[in-house]
Amino acid sequence: MRYLIARRIVQIAILALFAFAPSALVMGNLSSSLWFNTIPLSDPFAALQIFLASLSIDLSLLAGALLIFLLYGIFLGRAFCAWVCPINLITDFASFVRQKMGLRASKFIILSKNLRYLILILTLVLSFILSQPVFEAFSYIGIVQRGVIFGGFSWAFVGFVIFVIDAFLASRAVCSHFCPLGAFYAFISRYALLKVRYHLSKCTKCFKCVEICPERQVLAHIGKEQKNVLSGECIRCGRCIEVCDDDALEFSIFDIRRKNV
Amino acid sequence: MKNRRDFFKTSFKTLCLCGGASFLASLALEAKEEYFLRPPGAEDEERFLSLCIRCGLCVDACPYDTLKLASVLDAAKTGTPFFEARKIPCYLCKDIPCIKECPTNALDNKHLAPDKGIESLQMGIAIVDSASCVAHWGIQCDACYRACPLIDRALKIETKRNERTAKHALLLPVVDHEVCVGCGLCELACITQEPAIRVLPRTYVLGKAGDNYIKGWDRDDENRLKESSTKKKFDSKKATQYLNDGDL
Ligand code: SF4
Ligand code: SF4
Ligand code: SF4
Ligand code: SF4
Repeated sequence: MRYLIARRIVQIAILALFAFAPSALVMGNLSSSLWFNTIPLSDPFAALQIFLASLSIDLSLLAGALLIFLLYGIFLGRAFCAWVCPINLITDFASFVRQKMGLRASKFIILSKNLRYLILILTLVLSFILSQPVFEAFSYIGIVQRGVIFGGFSWAFVGFVIFVIDAFLASRAVCSHFCPLGAFYAFISRYALLKVRYHLSKCTKCFKCVEICPERQVLAHIGKEQKNVLSGECIRCGRCIEVCDDDALEFSIFDIRRKNV
Repeated sequence: MKNRRDFFKTSFKTLCLCGGASFLASLALEAKEEYFLRPPGAEDEERFLSLCIRCGLCVDACPYDTLKLASVLDAAKTGTPFFEARKIPCYLCKDIPCIKECPTNALDNKHLAPDKGIESLQMGIAIVDSASCVAHWGIQCDACYRACPLIDRALKIETKRNERTAKHALLLPVVDHEVCVGCGLCELACITQEPAIRVLPRTYVLGKAGDNYIKGWDRDDENRLKESSTKKKFDSKKATQYLNDGDL
């Protein structure tokens, strides 16, 4: 439970900081923000779209985007999805409801996990063609986080629609199959240092971890091969670690034995 | 239905699906044609939309809470900043903090240059509705004129004989479109129930005479033609055919 609780605390604290902290501490929102009136942080995916749309980029946007890019690309991997993004609260709740109601996978809607990469590329191409940051125009992440941070209620309906899609239409449809921002972070996270370490010798092959993982394909080697979770698609939520009764999984930051895994 | 539990499950699921679908449908059906004003420096809407990252830094920077980020239900593109002059106008801060904070230059920082400043802004144009402006009724009111930060330049008072009474003067507010920046202070100040002076986006208001007209008795106006495009081609046959082989 501890990672789950920690994640909820971090997710809510970040939104609360943006919403309530004095502007001397932080201004803006998850798209772009200014900390302590000096440090810019920006969503690198949005910045990339803006670059393609306008073929120009402001220095402070570039600096902010680079900082976030390096933070996730070098250290944290796709942790944004599990620890920061407010949509994760909704989709996790949806999958909780789905599990409690015992809904089985839909036979009508079968989505490929690669769909999101297609959407990622489409977004970038369209941004260039239409001269507009396309994903930002309808980004549910933007709508929900701005709604929470700047007040108002209409965002709640968007959140509800996401809940409905994930709970009743297709399991984990939004984050694991559709979201181009998740795909973007997955793409840049392959070589990030924070990884889930796996010990085959301790594993009793109960597959509880695979059961709970929101991105099951990254655990394909469980029970077969002594190998850490290497895929960038792992959102570093730590659910697998919590659920493992045999201590076969753990977080590792600096993997010194990288060569023999 | 096998049992009550199953029944509730299915009902709940159906209810949620219907709720979600009807929300999406209501969004799709809502075709808003309302106007809205953009913050300082966002003149060219196309340029602005290609740059705005929808971060709200301008919103946070404005000391008057003028700016809002559009929600899904607002007329402006969701997440982009806008303001409504009758609620809170732009007070034309000397240092224009909204532009200063914008990380993407969507609010064009050319206005921050010392030789530019607030007078180079183009948020909109004020339009007087002469039917409801009480000054046109002969009542002495110059609320908007006094509220204008560019008084006597953007907003002037013109006098005119009051034909109705035949012995009074009308003191009419008149907007100079070349000077008005569209801050909306006049709209806020207007005393009528619904503002008789309104700030509208420039694209709603401004026309274009074209290069084929030159101001009479104005030597300099001919210079405009130097930059004009010479690409325009007339179909010369069209005219002759109409005259020669028409059914006239
Ligand atoms: S110039 Fe000042 S009042 Fe006007 S929108 Fe910018 S910050 Fe607000
Ligand atoms: S600060 Fe600039 S990028 Fe951010 S919302 Fe305002 S106009 Fe858009
Ligand atoms: S909008 Fe009104 S107050 Fe502002 S400059 Fe124009 S005429 Fe003056
Ligand atoms: S404040 Fe309103 S009513 Fe008064 S002169 Fe101006 S536009 Fe007319």
